Amino acid sequence: MPPIIEVQHLSKKYPLGAARAKEDSLRAIVMEGFKSAWRTVSGQKPAGSEDDSGHIWSVRDVSFEVNTGDVLGIVGVNGAGKSTLLKILSRITEPTEGLVKLRGRMASLLEVGTGFHPDLTGRENIFLNGVMLGMTRHEVQAKFDEIVAFAELERFLDTQVKHYSSGMYVRLGFAVAAHLEPEILVVDEVLAVGDMAFQKKCLGKMSEFGQGGRTVLFVSHNMAAVENLCQRGLVLSQGKLVLDGSAKEAVQYYVHNIASRSDGNNTNKVDLRNAPGRRQRMRSLIQELSLYSAGQRPVNGLLPIGAPLKVRVKFELPPSTPDFDIRVNFLNLFGQLIFTARSSYEPQRTWDTRSGLQSFTCDIPSLCLTPGEYRLDVALVLSNSLVDYVEHAIALTVIESDFYGTGQPPNIGLCVMEHHWSDSGEGEAEGRQAANSEGNEARRHFAKEGR
Amino acid sequence: MATTYKPIELVLRPHKGWQAIDVGEIWATRELFNFLVWRDVKVRYKQTLLGGLWAVLQPLLAMLIFTVFFNRLAGIGTDGPPYPLFAYTGLVLWTFFSNSISMASNSLVGNQVLVSKVYFPRVFIPLASIGALLLDLLVSMLLLIVLMFWYHWHVTAALIWFPLYVIGTILSASGLGLILSGLNVRFRDVKYAVPFLIQMGLFVSPVIYPLRYVPARFRLLMGINPMAGMITGFRASVIGGAMDWPLVGVSFATCAVLFVGGLYLFRRMERRFADII
Repeated sequence: MPPIIEVQHLSKKYPLGAARAKEDSLRAIVMEGFKSAWRTVSGQKPAGSEDDSGHIWSVRDVSFEVNTGDVLGIVGVNGAGKSTLLKILSRITEPTEGLVKLRGRMASLLEVGTGFHPDLTGRENIFLNGVMLGMTRHEVQAKFDEIVAFAELERFLDTQVKHYSSGMYVRLGFAVAAHLEPEILVVDEVLAVGDMAFQKKCLGKMSEFGQGGRTVLFVSHNMAAVENLCQRGLVLSQGKLVLDGSAKEAVQYYVHNIASRSDGNNTNKVDLRNAPGRRQRMRSLIQELSLYSAGQRPVNGLLPIGAPLKVRVKFELPPSTPDFDIRVNFLNLFGQLIFTARSSYEPQRTWDTRSGLQSFTCDIPSLCLTPGEYRLDVALVLSNSLVDYVEHAIALTVIESDFYGTGQPPNIGLCVMEHHWSDSGEGEAEGRQAANSEGNEARRHFAKEGR
Repeated sequence: MATTYKPIELVLRPHKGWQAIDVGEIWATRELFNFLVWRDVKVRYKQTLLGGLWAVLQPLLAMLIFTVFFNRLAGIGTDGPPYPLFAYTGLVLWTFFSNSISMASNSLVGNQVLVSKVYFPRVFIPLASIGALLLDLLVSMLLLIVLMFWYHWHVTAALIWFPLYVIGTILSASGLGLILSGLNVRFRDVKYAVPFLIQMGLFVSPVIYPLRYVPARFRLLMGINPMAGMITGFRASVIGGAMDWPLVGVSFATCAVLFVGGLYLFRRMERRFADII
């Protein structure tokens, strides 16, 4: 039996910023026409070739095969080409080169609730969305009750979707998609939205789907989900396929070679002016990030549990900026945000309107994270709008240490937290009276104080 | 368990040049088309006070204004039928045509998510917006019947030909709608040009004035405007009056060219929609 999906030397080229703007305005085209006519008349050569200079290869020479029943996870940082690949597979856009052979009915879910119309009711949108995703009206009808039950929206069926909360909207959208029965299901990052409980429900539904012998292509930043759900994994980096193996291998590779590939691995200071992790359409205002521990000692990527950490960020502000918020986000390698430190959270602010280059330090007395690798993202917000965001600005490894002072380094869970245990004195005691056992020996001192 | 391998194979590869429309695919997914038409019908008059009444108000008000200004004040006469009836007959098709063009040309841009996040034959989007207007056309034709009773105007055997002109109108509106909607994805200039084109169109179509106001030597040229022929023919078949076969013939040819050309042009433009919308 031939593979259900065959991808051969697939490439997709997009025009880049300037080139694109040039192509797409009618005035520019007319001007270009005049210019080239002038060049013909005057015998001038056109300045520079438009060839590859103004283009970006979003997907470059990617080949792989997927067999029926494979559950394939595709991982990579933002801009690695995952979404473009899915768009080609779902026929939304054509490849520039190469080809794809599909041998089964495909449904793709690049967004939750695609085509929902705000003015239609939940009931009406279930039909519209279902048919749009490839079901027939009868299939939707047959599954209608199941869909409604899955979304837990029985009471709001005849309410216009525009009155739904975003959570309800996502639930309805996923509920419809979850009841599709294609041979190939393509899912892009849609689980990043919605509350935790519902996310779990969706993941459950997806793994059910995979176990039913159907083929799933799944793009996610959630490494835990990829590892749990998928058997196979692909890693994309800068449009190229860099690894095709088991899901575990892909996650390992992503974690060690891609996500933590930061120039700051062995240094405490990174220049972020041209950081590859800067999100698209962001202004390059964040310039530098550096890490220190107590007493200005540089932190070179390693930090014991509970140690103090100072994060210094240098960034540029436009003239007379009254309202800015510089943020440092701590994420684990599953892409989960652990916590965010924001200058706007500072109760005793000593700054107001500022211009030009700034250097701010975030002082964390004790970084209470369990051992493992973390990444720091930096964001700059001006007047409530995000103007700069650098992902993977620096990597940080928290190493084991005797945080609780008991010789048992904590290493499970997400964080460590100061806590105390004591005997409440209401249980049965051995030998002595319960009241006496509530002694001082039960109290412990915390390692944190010793640092 | 027997492997139920179906030999259907879909190959996705880059395309260049002209391609025919995939009729098989459109037939297979026609249910979605019906849903999109239904959606556009349901949504169109949402949150309006008068709702579906707009379908008749538009041509009716235009008829009143035309009667006052062009008939009473400017003295434009007809070749028989009362002027209001004459104007309304033209307006039935013209209103449908102009609404179709303006709705369809904005349809793709107004449904960006559908273009960039899900696949189905893209022709459905502009065509569904026109399909939804068929209901308005029907309603305004019912009012035409009422008007004919009001004026005690009798129909002739020529009436059997009227569906031809309605179909011609639908075809040309679809063709133009497809072309303009596709162009609008790339050049938002279309959005500003369309209202102007529609205004111009009203003057080069015999909606306000009968054909005898147009010198005979310009009639064939006028036929290049598909609505010139469709309105002339529709009027002649429904309320009688001047008929100009050469003009109507040219218009039918334009309708066919617009429709087929529109499908091919759209197919050619559609490949880049998701990338540039």
